[in-house]
Amino acid sequence: MSNQCADVVIAGGGVMGNATAYYLRKKGCSVIVLEEEMLGNGGSSRNGGGVRQSGRDNRELPLAIYGIGNIWPHLSEELGVDIEYHQAGNIKFAKDERGVEFYKKVVEQNLKKGLELRMLNQAETREICPLVSDEIIASCYCPSDGHANALMTTLAFYKRARELGARFITGEKVLSVKLHKGRAKGVITSRGNVYEGDKIIITAGYESRAILNSVHIDVPMRRKLIEVIIIEMQPKIFPMMITIPDYDGGGYGHQTDHGSFVFGGHIPLENYLRPEEKEVTQLITTASNCNQLVSYFPYFKDAKVIRSWSGWTDLCQDEVPVIGNIDEVPGLLTACGFTGHGFGISPAVAACLSELAVDKEPSVDISGLSYSRFIM
Amino acid sequence: MAEYLDRSSDIGKLVAMPDDDMIICRCEEITKGEIRKAIHDGMWTMTEIKRYTRAGMGLCQGQTCSRIIKGMIAKELGVLPLSIDDNTARVPVRPVEVRVYGKGIN
Ligand SMILES: Cc1cc2nc3c(=O)[nH]c(=O)nc-3n(C[C@H](O)[C@H](O)[C@H](O)COP(=O)(O)OP(=O)(O)OC[C@H]3O[C@@H](n4cnc5c(N)ncnc54)[C@H](O)[C@@H]3O)c2cc1C
Repeated sequence: MSNQCADVVIAGGGVMGNATAYYLRKKGCSVIVLEEEMLGNGGSSRNGGGVRQSGRDNRELPLAIYGIGNIWPHLSEELGVDIEYHQAGNIKFAKDERGVEFYKKVVEQNLKKGLELRMLNQAETREICPLVSDEIIASCYCPSDGHANALMTTLAFYKRARELGARFITGEKVLSVKLHKGRAKGVITSRGNVYEGDKIIITAGYESRAILNSVHIDVPMRRKLIEVIIIEMQPKIFPMMITIPDYDGGGYGHQTDHGSFVFGGHIPLENYLRPEEKEVTQLITTASNCNQLVSYFPYFKDAKVIRSWSGWTDLCQDEVPVIGNIDEVPGLLTACGFTGHGFGISPAVAACLSELAVDKEPSVDISGLSYSRFIM
Repeated sequence: MAEYLDRSSDIGKLVAMPDDDMIICRCEEITKGEIRKAIHDGMWTMTEIKRYTRAGMGLCQGQTCSRIIKGMIAKELGVLPLSIDDNTARVPVRPVEVRVYGKGIN
């Protein structure tokens, strides 16, 4: 086969790989993206669409703030596709004093980081989110958070990068990184094809671990299946993203532009699924998601569930991703281990990766997210 | 693993057709022209087209339009319809009320 070389070769066509290809094309680099299945096969097309800063670890918060301030607002225009981004806020509910105390601390901590969050009492909560259950006594509100359509965002980055000349090949499973004189110089796929590049970027979600293992790099992560349900189209109900605290079972959701409602929760069994299984919805999860949703929003009890799906998350040992150059192997970069909250920061992560790939300082300080934090 | 597809292969230019206004996905009211544009934007699988246009994402989950869309992809790419994978069917097959799914909701 001809033309198997590019300045940068990327393994994995999720939102991270696609967006990185887009930013690299804007910098004039030639790019090949190799994807095992299809574009947006992983969590990128299965997530809840949350674009939030609140509740993020200090090490990744700057990425969220940078993306919301500089990229998300004009992304639809830039990519030529409506990705349905709305800076409509994120509201986290408290049912009891324990919740109120918990969120008061969250507000305080976030104010210190320069992020505006505020406590709302019951009446204020109902005013901006009228359908919430009477049991909710307060909430914690971050007006600058929001949501977007994850499926469209992932495919829009692909579409625009492809238009700009990035080469995408699907049906190519990357098995290993190829070294030349100690530097990463390419990847080898299961079809026996070799793709060479000056920089190699691994953005294959949990599978990044196996690929990086080929050059003795091991990101400590495991995978976990989580699920989302879709409720049939509703009249406009409320604009913001809602969050149910983890100590009460967890959950998140928003209404899409189409009118359907996306809701994702957790189930106790999710840690005990057989890891080798393909992602399939578990019988118990939709029921659990329905119970959880109705306990916060009785409004939905007569609405119909039209769809459910599941997706893998790549849980990193310390719950934040590994992003950037891998110093042990010059020329090799990665972004993986997003721990179920990578979508909101994806454009900022990709912008930084593209800068690192051309040996520039990244726009955001991501030094706390480097692989070297695991080297004792 | 999926079949090898180089998404930069030349499939020719998107030329307008007289029947581009025809509705293909009746649930979501997606036209032939919109689906053809999606294919030329690089969406070469049923699932990518569904996610990009909403065709097949409605209440019937593509029971009527899937075959037609498959034929359209095959035609634009110059391949056999048989070589194109179906969409993943999602649970529930028919819409089900939240209170039916949940436990003790009344
Ligand atoms: C149900 C659910 C809800 C979520 N909700 C949110 C949310 O509200 N907000 C938020 O910020 N985040 C959320 N997330 C997390 C978010 O979706 C991910 O962090 C993000 O999509 C990661 O993108 P990625 O490109 O790194 O990975 P992926 O989307 O997993 O992409 C990796 C790609 O690599 C491909 N691949 C794998 N192995 C190979 C190989 N060997 N060779 C070539 N290609 C390979 C895969 O097929 C896949 O397409 C959620 C995730 C799930 C599953």
